[in-house]
Amino acid sequence: MAEHATHVEGLAHHFVSMEQQKEAGMVGMWLFLLTEVMFFGGLFLAYTIYRTIYPQGFLYGSHLLNVKLGGTNTVVLIVSSLTMAMAVYYSQKGEKKKLIGFLTVTLLLGLAFLVIKYFEYASKIQDHLFPAVGLYAPETSGAHGVPLELQQPVRVFLWIYFMMTGLHALHMIVGAGILLTLILMARKGKFTKNYNSPVEISGLYWHFVDIVWIFLFPLLYLTGAHLSSGSGH
Amino acid sequence: MADYSHDDSHGHPENPIKYYIGVFVLLMVMTLLTYVVATRDLGSLNALVALTIAVIKATAVILIFMHVRWSSRLTQVIVVASVFWLLIMLSFTLSDYFTRGGWPTGLGAY
Repeated sequence: MAEHATHVEGLAHHFVSMEQQKEAGMVGMWLFLLTEVMFFGGLFLAYTIYRTIYPQGFLYGSHLLNVKLGGTNTVVLIVSSLTMAMAVYYSQKGEKKKLIGFLTVTLLLGLAFLVIKYFEYASKIQDHLFPAVGLYAPETSGAHGVPLELQQPVRVFLWIYFMMTGLHALHMIVGAGILLTLILMARKGKFTKNYNSPVEISGLYWHFVDIVWIFLFPLLYLTGAHLSSGSGH
Repeated sequence: MADYSHDDSHGHPENPIKYYIGVFVLLMVMTLLTYVVATRDLGSLNALVALTIAVIKATAVILIFMHVRWSSRLTQVIVVASVFWLLIMLSFTLSDYFTRGGWPTGLGAY
């Protein structure tokens, strides 16, 4: 018990010490990430089951995705994870300028990811491959269109693709908002050597979103890569 | 592997940047590798190799970028528990699906 309240910058009154406060924050964030693991886990489960039911549909569907753009986004996210780790490091050092610099680069990389994702989605919609009623017309897509017997399985794949990458993109948008908030807070001088939990905790979130993509990229984009392009079977 | 001998030390290494760069290089090399392997036809091994590489990448991110290697024991337990709970969900659900009599075998061709 703290006998007297010596005010420590950034310490909430219900914590004994900065260390305890920080540990509570980290544990809380990891518990949240655990729920996120289960959340995305359900979608990976759906992916596994439907891929087992429609192996050819998944191979063909995977072929319809743009590996170059997906690969570029993979690299963008890996670099952004590095810059985020650097931002956390400089927040621990209390170096405000470098903290803001790395947070800004991370934000820009996150936005680059979303812009690339937007072009991917737009081209899918343009090719009539968005699987919703009225928008899905796979017979008109590409040179010959999706073969008749694969149109329904490919549609299942595309639903899973849009669901998983859409949920991931939503996390990226939230992450961009968090980064913007951190940059504004850092500019106001809210973070010091002793108080940087918001940066560290946001870093955990950012890296988690990167990990989701680490699994999405091979499962969605590369599944059909060993087949000759375009045919799918 | 988490280094449990440092379980309650909050001390990060003197210079973590070299670890960060190391993980970054590993992630880039692994990404290239996952692409190269995916372009080869290994039959059912393709999925296994892709997942193995992804797990290695994720582990590196968790241990180094997310500091779990240097985190408290409590945090490490939560991380391991999250993986464990995910495996429970995956294995129980899949063992149900894959042993059902009503598996839509007719659809398997597509």
